[in-house]
Amino acid sequence: MAEVLYVAQTVVIVLLIVVPLLLGVAYLTYAERKVIGAMQLRQGPMTVGPWGLLQPLADGLKLFLKETVVPSGANRGIFILAPMVTFILALIGWAVIPFGDGLVLADINVGVLYLFAISSLGVYGIIMAGWASNSRYAFLGALRSSAQMVSYEISIGLIIISVLLTAGSLNLSAIVRAQEGLWFVIPHFPMFMLFLASMLAETNRHPFDLPEDEASLVTGYNVEYSSMAFALFFLGEYANMILMAAICSILFLGGWLAPFGFVPFTWIPGPIWFILKICAVLFIFIWARATLPRYRYDQLMRLGWKVFLPLSLLWVVVTSGVLVAFDLLPR
Amino acid sequence: MIAGLAFYLFAGILIASAVMVVTSRNPVHGVLFLILAFFNAAALFLIAGAEFLAMILVIVYVGAVAVLFLFVVMMLDIDFARLREGFRRNAPLGLVIGGILLIELLLVAAAWRFAPEAAALRLQPVQPDGVTNTEALGRVLYTDYVYAFQIAGLILLVAMIGAIVLTLRDRPTAKRQDVAAQIARSGSVVTRRVPIGAGLAETGIARPPLPEAPKPKQVEHQGGGHH
Repeated sequence: MAEVLYVAQTVVIVLLIVVPLLLGVAYLTYAERKVIGAMQLRQGPMTVGPWGLLQPLADGLKLFLKETVVPSGANRGIFILAPMVTFILALIGWAVIPFGDGLVLADINVGVLYLFAISSLGVYGIIMAGWASNSRYAFLGALRSSAQMVSYEISIGLIIISVLLTAGSLNLSAIVRAQEGLWFVIPHFPMFMLFLASMLAETNRHPFDLPEDEASLVTGYNVEYSSMAFALFFLGEYANMILMAAICSILFLGGWLAPFGFVPFTWIPGPIWFILKICAVLFIFIWARATLPRYRYDQLMRLGWKVFLPLSLLWVVVTSGVLVAFDLLPR
Repeated sequence: MIAGLAFYLFAGILIASAVMVVTSRNPVHGVLFLILAFFNAAALFLIAGAEFLAMILVIVYVGAVAVLFLFVVMMLDIDFARLREGFRRNAPLGLVIGGILLIELLLVAAAWRFAPEAAALRLQPVQPDGVTNTEALGRVLYTDYVYAFQIAGLILLVAMIGAIVLTLRDRPTAKRQDVAAQIARSGSVVTRRVPIGAGLAETGIARPPLPEAPKPKQVEHQGGGHH
């Protein structure tokens, strides 16, 4: 009986996380179009609903009503599996994200490693889609994507290591608690900037969106997909963006902590702060898309291996050196 | 109860997918089943209480090694008909070798003798006083056996340098981008802020001349036009 109750409770918590997340994904697409519109002196979506607020729902409905096409040369099973993999991987990362003090589905003590594992698996949805489509463009996009994600994972891993050294734990709640008084964005500011850039590369966003380079690959790995399969890729990509923004705010911006530990700020509950921080990081995603031109592929690889990797490795050495020299190691 | 059910579920899928790795016709499917097998092995680690090993298994094997596997296998140009061509002819030899290996394996397994304290240590997490197994592993690797660990690291470094030395060739025809030179270049591009309209006069750029009024076409009729 107790086990049934436990399962039911977990299902309810999962729904409480997933439903707002999907709503957030829908309105992230709206926010993206509005923000980019404002940056380019346009209005963005305006016609469906007041201020175009119902536009995401209309887009979803349109995709839902379209026909699902499986190309005749495609490898059917993997073709259908790929969007599901992308979507599921984008959702399961949220299991360990702490929304407030104690507000977390699974407070496991290797939370950071879990998130790192999940984000490194994201490449499978793309590479499976690219291969199973049996199309040159899709396959090229998939190859680019896997090379890119494997390269930037290394620098992300090293950046996470310098944060972990300072926090002294792999548990995400403990990492947030370690930032009381001083968010890690201040001592680790260079790594914060590196993390922002690697984050863009890891989620295949501008200016590193080579896998879906419209101009040369006609949107790359998902070119053969239509209807709900395409929608799942889309949802997965945006849910991944929100997840990376959440990781960034937990590692560097103090998670659910208020920016200052005194009264007017501490009245606002932790989850609100956390969501505000996620929104701020998401704005950076959109800002980068509106302003930066796309990288050339070899420049992207050069940046990952020859700039980010040595810099983040150096920062790990410097961090551990400082921590040992000034006896600041967390006990 | 849930842990017991989960164990049989994961162990069952692990063995089934391991069988599928060997038997599936399409090598890409084989690699994907291998990934499924890694996942279930990670889940078994989790049930045994080794959460650090489970995560490392997923990160290293699924996230990096299997991606490269998949990469290579997808690029292979395999003709399945030719692959099965010699099956009938080579089958007896394969069966003999397989049989010998099986017998050797059985001999080893039968002659294996467990250490007397092995039963007590089995599946027991190294947790002397409530430390997590990440910390326990860290102590073993970086404190107790730090020299062995450093030597292992050096061997890997030598292997890496060896691979680079073997493959790096400096071809005189190769074109390289010199980023430092590109960034250091100056003088050709200047950014300035000028009020609207003033730039035209200041930099001496004239407005483009207005297009001339179209002249009425003067067609000379020289007798033999092609009408």
